[in-house]
Amino acid sequence: MKLVLTSEQNDLRQAVRSFLSATLPPGRVREVMEAGDGYDRAAYDRMNGELGLSGLVVPEEYGGAGAGHAELAVVLEELGAALLPGPFLATTLATLVLLESGDAGAAKDHLPGIAEGRVRASFAPSSADGSWWGAPSVTAAEAGGGHVLDGVAPYVLNGADADLLVVPARLGGRTRLFVTTGGERAPLTTLDLTRRQARVEFAAAPARLVEGDGLARALDLASVAVAAEQLGVLRASLAAITEYAGIRVAFGRYIGSYQGVKHRLADMHCALEQAESVVRHAAWAAGEAPGELPAAAALAQAYTGRACFQVAKDHLLLYGGIGFTWEHDAHLYYKRAKSLEVLLGPPRAHRARLADLVL
Amino acid sequence: MSDLEEYRRRAREWLAANAPGHRAEATPDEDGVARAKAFMARMHDAGYSGITWPREYGGQGLTQAEDRAFAAEARDFTLPIYVFSIGLGMCGPTVLDMGTEEQKARWIRPLLRGEEIWCQLFSEPGAGSDVAGLQTRAERDGGEWVVHGQKVWTSVAQHADRGLLLTRTDPGVPKHKGLTMLVVDMRAPGVTVRPLRDMTGRAHFNEIFFDGVRIPDADRVGEVNGGWQVAVTTLLHERLSIAGGVGMSGQSENPVSFEALRSRADLGDPIVRDQLVELYIRSRALSLFNTRLSQETKAGIFPGARGSAAKLLLAELTLFQADLAASLAGPGSVAYREDGETGDGGDSAGDGGDAGRIAHALSLAPAMALGGGTNEIMRNIIGDRVLGLPPEPRVDKNVPFSELKVNSQGGGTRR
Ligand SMILES: Cc1cc2nc3c(=O)[nH]c(=O)nc-3n(C[C@H](O)[C@H](O)[C@H](O)COP(=O)(O)OP(=O)(O)OC[C@H]3O[C@@H](n4cnc5c(N)ncnc54)[C@H](O)[C@@H]3O)c2cc1C
Repeated sequence: MKLVLTSEQNDLRQAVRSFLSATLPPGRVREVMEAGDGYDRAAYDRMNGELGLSGLVVPEEYGGAGAGHAELAVVLEELGAALLPGPFLATTLATLVLLESGDAGAAKDHLPGIAEGRVRASFAPSSADGSWWGAPSVTAAEAGGGHVLDGVAPYVLNGADADLLVVPARLGGRTRLFVTTGGERAPLTTLDLTRRQARVEFAAAPARLVEGDGLARALDLASVAVAAEQLGVLRASLAAITEYAGIRVAFGRYIGSYQGVKHRLADMHCALEQAESVVRHAAWAAGEAPGELPAAAALAQAYTGRACFQVAKDHLLLYGGIGFTWEHDAHLYYKRAKSLEVLLGPPRAHRARLADLVL
Repeated sequence: MSDLEEYRRRAREWLAANAPGHRAEATPDEDGVARAKAFMARMHDAGYSGITWPREYGGQGLTQAEDRAFAAEARDFTLPIYVFSIGLGMCGPTVLDMGTEEQKARWIRPLLRGEEIWCQLFSEPGAGSDVAGLQTRAERDGGEWVVHGQKVWTSVAQHADRGLLLTRTDPGVPKHKGLTMLVVDMRAPGVTVRPLRDMTGRAHFNEIFFDGVRIPDADRVGEVNGGWQVAVTTLLHERLSIAGGVGMSGQSENPVSFEALRSRADLGDPIVRDQLVELYIRSRALSLFNTRLSQETKAGIFPGARGSAAKLLLAELTLFQADLAASLAGPGSVAYREDGETGDGGDSAGDGGDAGRIAHALSLAPAMALGGGTNEIMRNIIGDRVLGLPPEPRVDKNVPFSELKVNSQGGGTRR
């Protein structure tokens, strides 16, 4: 088990950090989140070009860097901490699903575009309770030698402008995977303004069947990836409020010197330590111990999702009135944290999955 | 097979041959102490005591990797080493860090061989969290120190041969600057040890009276009036050793562990399932954090005050676990037959069976949140030293100790 970053992983973290502090100076997230696509396309292209992030986990044969899940976790943690808007997470999760399917043809056709940063992709679940593990309500049918999709995927991350959708759908009583460029996309209003979602309606949308079946493992990997972002959000919230507690004065003292504040921050630090441990372990298991991955991934979601929201909530409260203002960033972290906690489905699903695995 | 795997295999073999038949007694009688000492000697002969400690003082001079390999194997066994936990976890490491060559040569080997049991004499009736406010006095008399005063809550002192004793040597300066650390022979004239019955009904700790006890200056650790720096080293080791479970082998026997509760619970009940999952989440998150801390140590990143986070989390988990165990078990967790007979063929180890063990765990649980620094003190340390938050304003820092408001040795306040 490897829970400490290697020097290469630290270098990667540093590179992403410096890139983000240069391209996302304070205030920039707000500027882009409310305009146009909701993200800075030029910065996104540079991130993919200069740092090669779009191809990070894409194997070398498809034009990527073939990096591991531990590296992906390091990157997502930084992007989460910066609240980076845009389709990086959505594309990464769709990539993981495509990769794990083991369909070499689909990989060859789609992954190079993703690695180059040209193609934005997203996974489009459609189960009744919104869980990515649930049976999809979208159905597939054979048509003219290919397939068509029908039904609604109600919540698709960055779905409005995704070039490619990876869609689980029912075909002949089984869940199969499809890729499609189709579907009617209707943008949703989202709590988290830094990350958009869309409702996608398929009406006889032409789709390609993806052979193979690696969805269970892919969803575990997605759980780890989302947990890494949550870790970043948690860390950044705690760092921000810790700094504020050291400069804000009340009753002639810094607020951080009051135990009511200090002890809450200490508990938040404990959550950070455990969250980091849980995420590093899950990322390690993803690469090195596939047998341990299902429980490690469910734990990563069950622990980190909760911890991240609680820390983001407490961090907002400890700011006082300023934390409730639109202009302050605290609510962006709070909203991102809650959106991430429910992204893969209702959080109870992770606890139920964990129960099935460990009890 | 790698060298490490081979090491681990041999450790397991040794444990399997030597460990069974022992119980993890926190309050052993004289025979129990004799058995524990004999076991430690065998463990040292076999090369499993002081695995990472320097060779020249009786350790094995190996790395954290071997230490962890042995600890991992030992988890499946119950080793009778509780009475050595203070010496191995706190006093010994303090002597290694701050003692002279002569002291290390004199004290470390007997500690590792189990020939000498150590205790930690810091807390007093008037000073616990604020241990630098202590009042036990040591006065110089030629080449000796003469000690008067009282210590309390001293674990394993009833069995101890030596104690790491924090004393006040100069009341005329601010409290942290007038302390000196001595090592006292617990059998010296003038030392009286009285076991205290604690809430478990047993005597885990003691009160100790010092009445003109003479200690040679050669047994002083660190500088005269430099005792606080030594104490800080001890407290750091204390948090790490508590969090790391020194002397706490045999987790498999813990009656309120996740594994134990799972084996008894009704797994068909959705509420029970969720409560058990909560316990799993918290236990696993903490154990991964502890593993990460030890991997960092191995990689040269010293955890320092972050050990306090591990200690705080363990204290909360310990309380949560016992609480949950009782709730799951229901009325049978608080009323039981001493012989453990449940009438339905349950076990009868003579300790009240499962129910008795849960009740005992409930009684013992607060110890973790009090001993070694309370949860509040851990949060202060994390806030101040890990997060770098502004300290609380203090009224006691730059005032001579003799002018401070302190507790009487009886506990309440005097001026
Ligand atoms: C099982 C057990 C074993 C022990 N073994 C040993 C041993 O071997 N050697 C030894 O020297 N001691 C030992 N102790 C003593 C232990 O270290 C002290 O009990 C502990 O440090 C608390 O000190 P106190 O009892 O004086 O409580 P106090 O310091 O009087 O604390 C009372 C309450 O005030 C709170 N408080 C105090 N200061 C602050 C502050 N600054 N901010 C916020 N809250 C505060 C505390 O958290 C606590 O809730 C042991 C204790 C136990 C329970």
